[in-house]
Amino acid sequence: MSVSKRSFQLVAWFSVLILGLAFVGCNPGGGSSGSGSVSLQGAGATFPNPLYQKWLSEYGKVHPNVKIDYQSIGSGGGIKQIKEQTVDFGASDSPMKDEDLKSAPGEILHIPTVLGAVVITYNLQGLSKPLRFSPEVIADIFLGKIKKWNDPKIAADNPGVTLPTADITVVHRSDGSGTSAVFTDYLSKVSPEWKEKVGAGVSPSWPTGIGGKGNEGVTGQVKQTPNTIGYVELAYAVQNKLPVAQVKNSSGNFIEASIDAVTAAAAGSAANTPEDLRVSITNATGPQAYPISSYTYILVYKNQKDARKGKALVDFLWWGIHDGEKYAKELQYAPLPADIVKRAEAKINSVTANGTALRQPAT
Amino acid sequence: MSAVTVGQSSHWRRVLSPTGNTGDVVFRILMLLAALLMVGIVVAKAIALSADSMLSLRQFGFGFLTSQQWNPIKGEFGALPFVYGTVASSLIALLISVPFSLGISIFLVEQAPYYIARPVGFLVELLAAIPSVVYGLWGIFVLAPVLRQYVEPALARWLGWLPFFRGTITGIGLLTGGIILAIMVTPIISAVVRDVLAAVPGSQREAALALGATKWEMIRVVLVNGAPGIAGAVILGLGRALGETMAVTMVIGNRPEISFSLFEPSYTIASAIANEFTEATGDLYLSALVELGLILFLVTFIVNGIARLLVWNVTRNTGGVGRAA
Repeated sequence: MSVSKRSFQLVAWFSVLILGLAFVGCNPGGGSSGSGSVSLQGAGATFPNPLYQKWLSEYGKVHPNVKIDYQSIGSGGGIKQIKEQTVDFGASDSPMKDEDLKSAPGEILHIPTVLGAVVITYNLQGLSKPLRFSPEVIADIFLGKIKKWNDPKIAADNPGVTLPTADITVVHRSDGSGTSAVFTDYLSKVSPEWKEKVGAGVSPSWPTGIGGKGNEGVTGQVKQTPNTIGYVELAYAVQNKLPVAQVKNSSGNFIEASIDAVTAAAAGSAANTPEDLRVSITNATGPQAYPISSYTYILVYKNQKDARKGKALVDFLWWGIHDGEKYAKELQYAPLPADIVKRAEAKINSVTANGTALRQPAT
Repeated sequence: MSAVTVGQSSHWRRVLSPTGNTGDVVFRILMLLAALLMVGIVVAKAIALSADSMLSLRQFGFGFLTSQQWNPIKGEFGALPFVYGTVASSLIALLISVPFSLGISIFLVEQAPYYIARPVGFLVELLAAIPSVVYGLWGIFVLAPVLRQYVEPALARWLGWLPFFRGTITGIGLLTGGIILAIMVTPIISAVVRDVLAAVPGSQREAALALGATKWEMIRVVLVNGAPGIAGAVILGLGRALGETMAVTMVIGNRPEISFSLFEPSYTIASAIANEFTEATGDLYLSALVELGLILFLVTFIVNGIARLLVWNVTRNTGGVGRAA
């Protein structure tokens, strides 16, 4: 009896101690109202996540008092959360739609950060050089109209290549994805039939093929199944050494996807980029432009509620599009062209809190 | 430690605990709360799913269940291909897994010597602990190529006269999804069936053998005795199969189309939600996905109900046989 009583007391004291410790431990971390440190939260696109994580860790080294989290939950989630103001910044691969912007509680700015590309990969035996595709041929394959690898239309782009008589198996993304959005946006631009029948979006209704989950799902199925064709992000294809097709751009050149070819596409369409920077750069002009590429954006409110957080946010964004760009290439993202950096600077400078600008334009 | 005097207990304490023991009352209330919590969660889930799918329910009505169109870009949403894929893949899984599971359990309980039964039983249970994403990757990199190169061509050759085994052979599709599910539910079913068979009293076996039954006839007696428990195990496995997401997504091909061919890609409800929820923008699209969840809820309910009816039917009959014997 007395033993059990004593042990009970011991347990009770322990609980009190642990609870007390927990309270003490919680206090400094909870809330950004404490002295000096600011914490920011962001959420959105998965595609730039590796780069943003690199940014956060590098930025944290120079600014230890600013704590930034980024959750890669997908572009759709990023747009949703910034609209609901549950995060300090959102991120999306495709620009927000007009109706989404209208229904947001404040004006949202699009700050481009880097560019990515979508490449076409395939599994065909006995090829010595990369396959070449015209835009119409890609559209017809993904529409299910070109069914065989030795179709004359494919052969026309690939003189001297022996193509098998096998059926083509299309592999596409099954999960909603910015990669699919960029790819279908491109197909909608180059094929009226695609635009009418399928259209562009994160989860299109594919006319043919099998769906793989994520870049890894598509890659796995393309690698495992002979005579397949699919599309993945450039970074993913490079890291996994996948065969990548050359695509004919609007100038008529067959372009191999590369970081420089993507930046060229962005530079080529810089003149046509609207004031709010919401632009699709698929099928861009320019002799060296790779046609299936896109910006990825960070989304912020133009008018920040909390001046301290807002200041930390614009400083981080400024750092990102300048110092941060040098981490892009090693992670297989294309850095912004110079004139887009200038225009993004203006956007960052226009962010205010309670009517006053958070950054002084003179730098 | 019980120092409470019985005489002072109030009326409703007597109702809660006829013995009048305070500990009993507390225990009883706790257990009641635990049970109510379960019911509450199910009800709350049904309400939440219905509320969030109201937009889609209003827009499409009953047509949501019969439409085969799923086109988020054009705002057309229909659930039929997903329902078909879910039910078909689970049925394939059970067709393959139930005979295997019964075989494993019978072997472990009735035939295997102790030094084999223990490690094999342990390995089977270990299968249940493998994360489903690992099953999925294994499905892509090992199972699908094997099916594509050997199994599916053979099926097409020998059974190609059936509509189930026609079409393009890619190794990805309804059959692959069903087989992955079968492998995943087998440890669950066989573990439960093993315990059920082990719980059948030894006297039953002795009685059967004493009456001159062969080993096979004795096992049949044991199976009949364990029938309700075996059915329960199958229902448990079915529940897992209906709700499994990740592994199926990776091998089923994710194509919302109804085809009788098991080689063709298909799509399950759980996969569709997992695939599209993160990037779903637009209220109607989200609402349609939630309604898919509601339908999965109902499908699970109905399938479980049918299974229970079957069990009830079987046990009623075998009960009669048991009495007669």
